[in-house]
Amino acid sequence: MSVSIRTPLTFRDVPPGVGLEAALALKRPAVIATLRAADLRGRGGAGFPTATKWNLAAAAQSKTKYVVCNADEGEPGTFKDRVILNHFPDLVLDGMLIGGYAIGARKGLIYLRGEYTYLRAPLEGILARRRQERRLGRAILGKKGFDFDIEIRMGAGAYVCGEETALIESLEGQRGEPRNRPPFPVDTGFQDQPTIVNNVETLAWVACIFAKGADWFRALGTAKSRGLKIFSVTGDCERPGIYEYPMGLTVGELMQRVGGEGAKAVQIGGAAGRCVPAALFDRTIAFEDIPTGGSIIVFGPQRDMLQVAKNFMEFFVEESCGQCTPCRAGTRKLLGGLELLENGRCSIEYLSELCRLGESISLASKCGLGQSSPKAFLSIIRHFRDELLGRPAPATS
Amino acid sequence: MLITEHELLKDEIREWCVRYGADRGALLPILQEVQHKYGHISEFAMQQIADALEIHPVEVDGVVSFYQFLHTRTHGRFVIRLCRTVSCDMAGKDRVARQLENELGISFGATTPDGRFTLEWASCLGLCDQGPALLVNETVYREVTPEKVHEIVSACRRSLSAHAPEFSQEAAS
Ligand SMILES: Cc1cc2nc3c(=O)[nH]c(=O)nc-3n(C[C@H](O)[C@H](O)[C@H](O)COP(=O)(O)O)c2cc1C
Ligand code: SF4
Repeated sequence: MSVSIRTPLTFRDVPPGVGLEAALALKRPAVIATLRAADLRGRGGAGFPTATKWNLAAAAQSKTKYVVCNADEGEPGTFKDRVILNHFPDLVLDGMLIGGYAIGARKGLIYLRGEYTYLRAPLEGILARRRQERRLGRAILGKKGFDFDIEIRMGAGAYVCGEETALIESLEGQRGEPRNRPPFPVDTGFQDQPTIVNNVETLAWVACIFAKGADWFRALGTAKSRGLKIFSVTGDCERPGIYEYPMGLTVGELMQRVGGEGAKAVQIGGAAGRCVPAALFDRTIAFEDIPTGGSIIVFGPQRDMLQVAKNFMEFFVEESCGQCTPCRAGTRKLLGGLELLENGRCSIEYLSELCRLGESISLASKCGLGQSSPKAFLSIIRHFRDELLGRPAPATS
Repeated sequence: MLITEHELLKDEIREWCVRYGADRGALLPILQEVQHKYGHISEFAMQQIADALEIHPVEVDGVVSFYQFLHTRTHGRFVIRLCRTVSCDMAGKDRVARQLENELGISFGATTPDGRFTLEWASCLGLCDQGPALLVNETVYREVTPEKVHEIVSACRRSLSAHAPEFSQEAAS
């Protein structure tokens, strides 16, 4: 499958199985201790410390536990999980097995988005091959008492199902509506059993950490965001594609490398992320500054930021599960405001009101979708006001 | 619809229950099988699944209506889904959309009268560096231009005349 991989990738240097063997040679608590030493934080966007998550699930008292690989990759502008599943599937599966071993689970599930159905057959083939190699099934790599198998489940076209509790609802045959938290999946997850849900990339890094050592990972990145990150870069730049860099590089540095020097803004973190204008390109991409699950969308000087804001807001209106009013009704209201701006008919007072509404949506929504839905809107209004206000009414055709 | 077709569907649902387990967790995989084979999920199918899993048909309907890739009404043999999210938008999805409408003679959300094509929007397909992107059923097309739209649609038409359709429009209605 043609894709532009623009930098060397660590995943290429880590042969399948090496991390898994190293992890299985350790006692279970030492596995989690290694991850804690590496200080790996989740690559799905939220940046939750992986060792903490796994430790909670390991401590939970239950015979049945689950490992879920979140392959729902629905965030606009990200495609790195697709590339990882396509080129380095064994690292992801090794990561799931290490998770299963660490928390005491015997079953893993991959929740693969419906849009990636073409990846299913190759992945099934790899699962079958691994069963023969004893890298899945009973007594993995001859280790008595460690049995683990993996099943693939397909999503069916709902962005919100990437949210971990909605994902679990979906696995249970329900509408993909997020749950109230707590309880958290590590305690009450799939079929009410302790469950770790991790992003595809996170799991691949787990395998690398065991193959190359916690110190190797820890030495890269920043003090609060250790290690390497895969970025999916698109939009107005010369070299869109997949990039691997240590966490903590600045937006400006990234723009130089992708051929986006002239950009007037970059959307970092997809529709759920924020829009960073050129004046702030010295900010860093890291959990403590500007976080991202990997989506980087570049806007050249000619881009109409109003159309960008509108496209993001339409996305949220379409993808809101509708459970709670601030998200369901609020996103529509914000979209209405953008349409007024488009027609040159929005007063500054109303715009301020919409910004306050945006803040309420962030506070009052039940899940991350609603909570992050106004971010792009608010940051574009803040930084590109001049561009948005007082437009001439469009010619009626 | 013929009784034998109803019987066939019933048998298939029974088989899928064996494969996926006859419990609530099997609902989505079974619905996906029906969707894949018949192009939509009829009321009759929902009733059969509800009976098999011992849940209320309204529950099944609630799940079907939630997911964009599950449909209660007949869909075309080819479902074309064009990504409308930001990267594909910037790469020129509007012109591709216009050309799709021209080639098929329908607008987004509609199915051609001959039941061959359904045209829909999709949210981000994860092909953002190679947009505009679209899916025809499960197959991906990247860097689509208005010119390529014609080729894609023609290829679909050719494959229809070469093979018998995989499912008949009535089969699960
Ligand atoms: C609306 C929404 C969509 C999400 N989509 C994804 C997704 O597609 N993939 C993913 O890994 N995490 C997604 N997440 C984050 C997950 O809820 C969860 O935090 C993540 O899978 C945890 O894995 P990590 O700790 O390895 O990052 C989403 C969250 C929200 C609120
Ligand atoms: S915030 Fe939006 S997506 Fe999340 S539960 Fe509420 S309505 Fe659903």
